[in-house]
Amino acid sequence: MLWAVLSIFIGALLAQALQRVLGRPAGWLFAALPLGVLVSVMPFVPRLLAEGEVVHASLPWIPSLGVELAFSLDGLSLVFLALICGIGALIFIYASKYLQSDRRLGRFYAYLLLFTGSMAGLVLADDVFVLFVCWELTSVSSYLLIAWDHERPEARKAALTALLVTGVGGLAMLAGFVLLVLSTGETLISRFSGEAVRESPLYLPILILVLAGAFTKSAQFPFSFWLPRAMEAPTPVSAYLHSATMVKAGVYLLARLHPTLGGTREWFLVVTLVGAATMVVGAVLAVTQKDLKRILAQSTVSVLGLLTMLLGIGTRAAISAAVVYLIAHSLYKGALFMTAGTLDHETGTRDVTRLRGLARRMPVTATAAVLAAISSAGAPPLFGFLGKELFYEAVFASPSMRALLGVAAVLSSVLLVVVSVLVAYRPFFGGSPSAPRIPHEAPPSMWLGPSVLAAASLVFGLAPQWLGDLPGAAATAILGRPAPLELHLWHGFSPVLGASAATLLAGVVLFRVLSGREERLFDASTRLGAWGPARVYDAAFAGLMRFAAWQTRRLQTGHLRHYLLVTVLTTVVLVGAPLLRSLPLSISLRGVELPELVLAVVILGAAAMTTRTLSRLAVVAALGAIGVSVMLIYVIFSALDLALTQIMVEALTVVIFVLVLHHLPRFVNRSPARVWIPDAIVSVIFGATVALLILMSSTLYPDPTLSEYFVAKGYPEAHGRNIVNVILVDFRAMDTLGEATVLCVAGIGVYALLQVGRRRGA
Amino acid sequence: MPSLILRAVTPVLILLLIIVSIYALLRGHQEPGGGFVGGLIIAAAFSLHVLAYDVPSTRRLLRVAPQTLMGLGLSTILLSGILGLLAGGAFLEGVWMAVPVPGLGLVDVGTPVLFDVGVYAAVMGMVLMIILMVAEMNT
Repeated sequence: MLWAVLSIFIGALLAQALQRVLGRPAGWLFAALPLGVLVSVMPFVPRLLAEGEVVHASLPWIPSLGVELAFSLDGLSLVFLALICGIGALIFIYASKYLQSDRRLGRFYAYLLLFTGSMAGLVLADDVFVLFVCWELTSVSSYLLIAWDHERPEARKAALTALLVTGVGGLAMLAGFVLLVLSTGETLISRFSGEAVRESPLYLPILILVLAGAFTKSAQFPFSFWLPRAMEAPTPVSAYLHSATMVKAGVYLLARLHPTLGGTREWFLVVTLVGAATMVVGAVLAVTQKDLKRILAQSTVSVLGLLTMLLGIGTRAAISAAVVYLIAHSLYKGALFMTAGTLDHETGTRDVTRLRGLARRMPVTATAAVLAAISSAGAPPLFGFLGKELFYEAVFASPSMRALLGVAAVLSSVLLVVVSVLVAYRPFFGGSPSAPRIPHEAPPSMWLGPSVLAAASLVFGLAPQWLGDLPGAAATAILGRPAPLELHLWHGFSPVLGASAATLLAGVVLFRVLSGREERLFDASTRLGAWGPARVYDAAFAGLMRFAAWQTRRLQTGHLRHYLLVTVLTTVVLVGAPLLRSLPLSISLRGVELPELVLAVVILGAAAMTTRTLSRLAVVAALGAIGVSVMLIYVIFSALDLALTQIMVEALTVVIFVLVLHHLPRFVNRSPARVWIPDAIVSVIFGATVALLILMSSTLYPDPTLSEYFVAKGYPEAHGRNIVNVILVDFRAMDTLGEATVLCVAGIGVYALLQVGRRRGA
Repeated sequence: MPSLILRAVTPVLILLLIIVSIYALLRGHQEPGGGFVGGLIIAAAFSLHVLAYDVPSTRRLLRVAPQTLMGLGLSTILLSGILGLLAGGAFLEGVWMAVPVPGLGLVDVGTPVLFDVGVYAAVMGMVLMIILMVAEMNT
């Protein structure tokens, strides 16, 4: 299992080279990779389904923190893995044609494989931190994919929005995970004890933080705005990320943590209500769009809300419905996205008001789209129908808020019927096309994916028993107790069946009513949408940029004295504050002898001179006097290494000064009083702070253990009697290595600065 | 034009300074000295040459570009660390052996000395890079 996930990442590393070597067939090879992963877990599946056995695998990763690369495979992971790898394979084939003229196709495969691997890792992860890492990897890889057309500012903006929203949510989730680990003492999800967590005082913070992650990732209201924006991505990406996998990561998380966090009043209220709101808002926005991909994106938002709501209700019926609806949605939405991409690719537009009557020209694509749309509308005999039936059943039997949730469910289902008609009937039937290009049927690699997915919807609808115990195993994993599930296309006359029929009828009628008013609806929705959460995000983002610009203007003034002032004042505040707290200070000046006093006087005099003199040479001389005096102090205290270094640095400083001296402008006049008086105050405070600090350090840390240790160990262990050098090159060699590197980097920086100055001067 | 006296004594002084710097480098592990000071001293030696003559002749005398010296220095430091690793210890762990040197008897030679040589070269390269650069601005 570990190797299966790793193989995808390895594939991602090699993708570009393979694409260059193999050319077109590379897409098929990459398609085989996720399928291979799926095949590799097959040996575990029969026992998993029959006996509910969970497969574990782990490798130590960060043993000091108790984090291991722990993976586990249960029914829930298996459903997701099958969707990720199965749909993923089809997407690779589809993309090999869709992007065949793109020179960067190899890189595209690499990103897509990275994404597939992260998703697979995410749904298999058992350790919360591994899950988090994979979670963030999906955010990063989808960022790269959404921004594929990075030369367009909209694509960049969309990608950044997705990254920021899901990234912030992910960080909140990480905090939630940390609390979760603290309150249970375990990092493995399979070992969490739900009762302990629910009774812990940290339950509410954990719930809110983890839900923040799940809701942002799954585009729940009010965080849903990033998902339609993400439609800037190339269509294969949209089809994959935003219908089949990535956005379902949040739903997956809710399902995965249901045994740990679910079942409380808070869970029910928050998850159910947010889900219901998302479901309704998404459905309303879906029918008011003109762009095919945006219609589909908003309907995805709606379905994600629906799944969240079901997980919030949390009854056995609701969980079963969620599993079935999840599978149904992935199948039909993947197909619909790919047909939308095909239409776009072949006609040059995605505007549903301009696409008409293409069925005769693209019969295969049309068939796939219509089948998928029937499934999406929840009509028999497709798999979506089963999902819809179970959904209604679960909602109508909800333990509380039955009326509210029922109305929301029916309303959004009716709107989703409208969406289905809009995306499958509108472009293919009635009238003649007015698209920029009149299309012909797409090549096989582009209709293969939609056809397979649509056919799967049909097959599983007619013969749901072919899915075997898979949905039941997933429901079992979510509920944490056995929940076998038997699916039947026909289960007798019931109120639910009546509701389904009424939904379909109402949907078709509503489509007729709305037909011809797309423009007005679109305008109204755009005006309304301008006031939505996206506005808050945009305002916050603009505010952040303004703040960044402001503080850059303030701090990066380009004047050396401002930088110095900021550095010095920050040091004074940070160092001085604790110093004030340790008042009164115990400082003694006993033991000061005459030579030191003389040197101190020399230093003070030279320092005063540097501030008074008008000659640069005199300043250099005075600074040199200070340096030499300091060196003599070192000598008095027999720090010969320091003294040697000090004198060499002084000498070289003089050399550099001499070399640059006649480049400097003359002193024209002294700074005015309003400049030098504040500067003087600051430097006196700074000097006093540092002096106090040094005096204190000698009284505060009389512990001789360290120096005794080095004296004792220096010769026997490091063959050196000079403990300064022994520490530098042996005991703390790593620090010295770091310092040497810093020194060289700083040198290169100075070199670069001087080069710039020279070029400008020339 | 720098003074004639300076020009006359510079070759001698440079030679002395180089010897002193190597001495400081090698004795550093036992007595005050070491790679850092040694690097500064040899940098001072070549700076003296810059003052007495000019930059191109100093560069010729140096033969190696200061940037290269920096790179060599850092590589030597890394190498000394890797030797510790190869000897079965940790990265940067000291490896010592006693080598007989005619006239001195057994001399301890170890990777920390190599480490110091790396520091020496890096410091020398960095200081000289800046000084040569600044000096070139004058021409």
